[in-house]
Formats: sequence, structure tokens, C-alpha cells
Amino acid sequence: MSNDQVLAFETDCHLFDDCGFPAPSEWSFIFEPLFTIGSFEVNKPMALVFLSTFIIIGFFWAAFAKPKVVPGKLQLLAEVLYDFVRRGIAKETIGKKGEPYVPLLVSLFFFVWIMNIWAIIPFAQFPATSIIAYPAALALIVWCTYMYLTFKNNGLVGGIRNLCVPSGLPKGIYVILTPIEFISAVFIRPLTLTVRLFANMFAGHLLLLVFIIGTWYTMGTVVGTFYSATSLIMTLLLTVFEMFIQALQAYVFTVLTASYISQALEEAH
Amino acid sequence: MLMQLAAEEPQSPVVPVVPEIVIGLICFGIIFFVFYKKLLPAINKALDERREAIEGGMEKAEATQAEARQTLESYKEQLAEARHEAARLRQEAKEQGASLIAEMREEGQRQREEIIAAGHTQIEADRKQAAETLRQDVGKLAVELAGRLVGESLEDHARQSRTIDRFLDELEAKAQAGTEATR
Repeated sequence: MSNDQVLAFETDCHLFDDCGFPAPSEWSFIFEPLFTIGSFEVNKPMALVFLSTFIIIGFFWAAFAKPKVVPGKLQLLAEVLYDFVRRGIAKETIGKKGEPYVPLLVSLFFFVWIMNIWAIIPFAQFPATSIIAYPAALALIVWCTYMYLTFKNNGLVGGIRNLCVPSGLPKGIYVILTPIEFISAVFIRPLTLTVRLFANMFAGHLLLLVFIIGTWYTMGTVVGTFYSATSLIMTLLLTVFEMFIQALQAYVFTVLTASYISQALEEAH
Repeated sequence: MLMQLAAEEPQSPVVPVVPEIVIGLICFGIIFFVFYKKLLPAINKALDERREAIEGGMEKAEATQAEARQTLESYKEQLAEARHEAARLRQEAKEQGASLIAEMREEGQRQREEIIAAGHTQIEADRKQAAETLRQDVGKLAVELAGRLVGESLEDHARQSRTIDRFLDELEAKAQAGTEATR
């Protein structure tokens, strides 16, 4: 791994060097290929996505492949995580009918979470979800599930009713509300699902970069050391904050998916 | 390297590219498949087994408790029975004792009366014998004394005894008259 992969900025530029602050930019999110498989070029975010997949499967395989009735430490930890999604999200949001969707929600939660976590793992330090394609891919899956369940559960007409005619309102309102609901359910929801996750991780990564680069850039002179120390403290605080945001965004993504499924399963009134 | 790249227009970060979407879908698909087919069924089975084990354990505990309660009740019953029995036995013993005492008292009374009666008879017999002896001795002495006084022998037995008896009868009659007079 060359420096260009690990460090997303010019490392030999410092305060008072007349080279300017090497601020993070779109370039911080564009990577040279790490290696190629056949003619396919694999860059760092892709590698992190692959790694995430291996880590999730590896961890849960080790924990759940041969489950014990009396669990060991690893199984217990995995059970707590699994139970959090199963009970805390699926049962809480969808209710009793949520059980068949638990695998989907579990996969979503841990995939998103692990991809987010890379932002603060040394040497990786890049959230794979800040590449919009990955949130978009997941949102696409959620959207397909949402549409499929809506029409499967309600039929064609019922499905359209479910999507754009909320019940229990005065008739005049529907003239305005129906198109809004339709656009909201069919187009806006997958879009916001994508953008919320992407933008949060993108912004989080930029913030961390600003202070990390700042710490390095201001280092070296007496005055700069104060700036540098402040910047380092900010980096640490933001790292803790990002840890929180990473889990929160994974949670939000999964809860919203669950609520869409719940809506699709709702009986027509 | 970064500077060289900067010369070109960077790819917009808000436009997803197809290869990455495909990678995302594939990776998610793999994770979902493994969870759906293998891992979650396995762990759900284990969790169900655990729940059953816990519920079974609780049922067992409840059964044991019920048994313990039953045993306790039967013990209490037995204890009450035993107490009852003891009380009954005590009562019986008391009654028996009382009747025994009464019997013995009766027996004692009877024996006492017998002894007393025997004593009376004995005393009467002794008295009679003593009176007889006394009568004879007094007669003999009186005759002897009288013989010495009158100098003649009053040895003639038949006459003698008749006289003495007469005398003594008179004495007796006098004594009886005396006692009747004092009454």
C-alpha cells in the first residue's frame, strides 16, 4: 500500500511553508487501484467492502455455526448483537410479522455498520459508505423489497392505494396528498435512504480529515504546536463522535427499512 | 500522484458508478445468503432449545416444589395423627390408672375389713378363753382359800364347780345389773 492510498494529502507541506493548507476535497474520496483481478481494478473502498463481508461472515460463522445452548463469550456477544436487531428493530417496528425479515435487517445493519466503522480503523480510515454506490446498492435492495411486499401483500390496486392513499383523511386532501405520497414513497424514500447514509459518512470523513491534516500541517513550529495540539484533541473528540454516528446511521438505515416493510405489510383500510 | 490527478476533473462523489453498485449488491447478497440459509436458522434453533431448557427446568422445579409441599402436608397429617394417638393413649392410661386405683382401694378396704373382722373374732375367742381360764383359776383359788379357812376339803369336784359357777353367775348377774343401772 503506497502513501497515496493511506494518506489522502501532501505530507511534506507545513505551516509557513507557503504551500497552503492541503484541504481535503473530492480527491480524498477517489483512489488509485490497489490491485487488479483479471482486468478488474480493485481500489481501497472496494477492498474494504470485501473485507467487511469477510469479517461479518467470519465473526458470525465463528459465533453461530455450531451454536451451544449454553453460549460461550463469542456466541453471547453475537447473540446480544443479533438480539438487538431482531428484538430492538424487527419486533419493535414491524411486530409479530417481522420475523421473516430478520435476516434482511440483520444483514443490512451489520453490513452498514462495519462499512462505516472503517472510518476510524487505523490504516483503513475510510468509511466505505462514503462512496455513494454502496448506500445506493443497499437502498436499491430495500426499495425492491418494499415494492415487492407492497404489491404482493395488497395486489396491484391495493398496492397503489397503500403507496399513495393514506387512510382517514377528508376527501379533498387526497387531490394534493396522493401525488405527494406517491413521489415520497416511490422516489424520495430510496433517495433519502441513500443520501442520509452517504452524506453522514462523507461529512464525517471530511471533518476527521480536516483535523488530521490540520494536526500534521501545523506541526513543527512553536506556534504551530499549539494549533496542532488543539487539532489533535478535536480529532480525538470527533473520532469518538464518529463512532457514535457510525452505529447510529446503521441503526437508522435498518429502522427505516423495517418501517417501510411494516408499511407494506399494513392491511388496507 | 495526487497533483497529477488534480489536473483532471474528479468524478462527482454523488453519482454512483455501476461496478461499485454491483460489488455492493454481491457482497450484501453473500452476507444475506449466509445469514438466511445457515447462521440465523442455527442460532434460532439454539435459542429455542435454550428457552425450552429453561422452561423445562422451571417446570421441573415447580414439580419438585409441589412434591415437597405434598410431602410436608403428609408429614403434618402424620404428626397430627400421632399427636391424636398420643392424647388418646394418655387418656386411656389415665382411665386405666383411675380404675386400677379404685380397684386397689376397694381391695384394700375389703382386706382391712377382713383383717378387722378376723381381729374381732380372735379377740372374742381370746376373751372367752381368758374368761374361762380366769373362771377356773378364780374358782380354784377361792376353793383353796375357803378350804384353808374352813379346814375342810372342798375337793369334791362336782359340788365344788357347781357352787363356783353359781357364785360367778351371781357375780355376773350383779355386774350386768350394775352396768344396766348406769346406762
